[in-house]
Amino acid sequence: MTAVWLAVLLTAAGCYALKLTGLVVPKGVLSNPRVRRFAELVPIALLAALVAVQSFTAGQSLTIDTARLAGLGAAVVALLLRAPFLVVIVVAAGTAAGLRALGVA
Amino acid sequence: MTDIDDRPAQRALARPVRDGMALGLAVGVSGVAFGAAAAGSGMNVAQACVLSLLAFTGASQFALAGAVAGGAGLIGGVAGAILLGSRNALYGLRMADLLPRRGVRRLVAAHGVIDETTAVTLAQPDAAAARLGFLATFATIYLTWNLTTLLGAFGAGRLGSPQALGIDVVGPAAFLALIWPRLRAGRTERAVGLAGAVIALATTPFLPTGVPVILAATAALAGALISPQPGAPQPDIPQPEVP
Repeated sequence: MTAVWLAVLLTAAGCYALKLTGLVVPKGVLSNPRVRRFAELVPIALLAALVAVQSFTAGQSLTIDTARLAGLGAAVVALLLRAPFLVVIVVAAGTAAGLRALGVA
Repeated sequence: MTDIDDRPAQRALARPVRDGMALGLAVGVSGVAFGAAAAGSGMNVAQACVLSLLAFTGASQFALAGAVAGGAGLIGGVAGAILLGSRNALYGLRMADLLPRRGVRRLVAAHGVIDETTAVTLAQPDAAAARLGFLATFATIYLTWNLTTLLGAFGAGRLGSPQALGIDVVGPAAFLALIWPRLRAGRTERAVGLAGAVIALATTPFLPTGVPVILAATAALAGALISPQPGAPQPDIPQPEVP
């Protein structure tokens, strides 16, 4: 439990420090286009990695959880239909929950 | 539009407030999804709420919840969550001239530098409207996000097991929704996303939990070297619609 608290506080401190950094550093620091491009692409790489890891792994092993993948598929459909953020989440969780309740997956 | 209103200055300042509050409310309620994901991951209600109050940046918060759910690798989880917050530094860089420059006010304003406030602030026609838009968005989203985090964390624990509620899908679905507009932005973006996912999956069996996700940042490095594109970083979300 204390480890989680430490993780929470470290994450909060790190995130705040980054926000403040942008307001404090001189403008020229990130004028290099490659650096800017890297900062633009980092969230895409990390978030895509998180989607993959949280969808296809359990601990350190690769796994297929049918209900979870169906939920993710439902999220993709909702996104293609331009559903708002919260609708995407509800559709994804609802699909997985429904399949599990029915005992299908 | 009618010509009856002869106070253009006031009208001009009402718009950023309206835009900011609308977007703040719409996005802020997603705190319920984070609260539920955090509770499902094994964080307690207080930890979920403190994270929303003090970190106050969605993707990083979902990432840490995912790391806690993974059980091990909290250090990697923290590093990944902080790395995800690095885009806020770029937003701050672009907004530095528009926000308070020193003292406590700058320290408070810094906390509000996130995707949504940046979108509203940079969409305004002048500095006064930009400041107002920032303030309206920040205040609205901060209140809503924290209240709904509490609701989600509190409610999820009472409704049933996270697995039965499908809460294990909330994280991945939220991340996918967050990068969706960026994946549509171009071929490099899609290639980087795909490479990041493949790198993380391929290294998962061999590396401690959390590390594969950080390693995925090399995909962004490769993307930036292969296809540098001058231009300012854009916020995740579309500009708020103005009728």
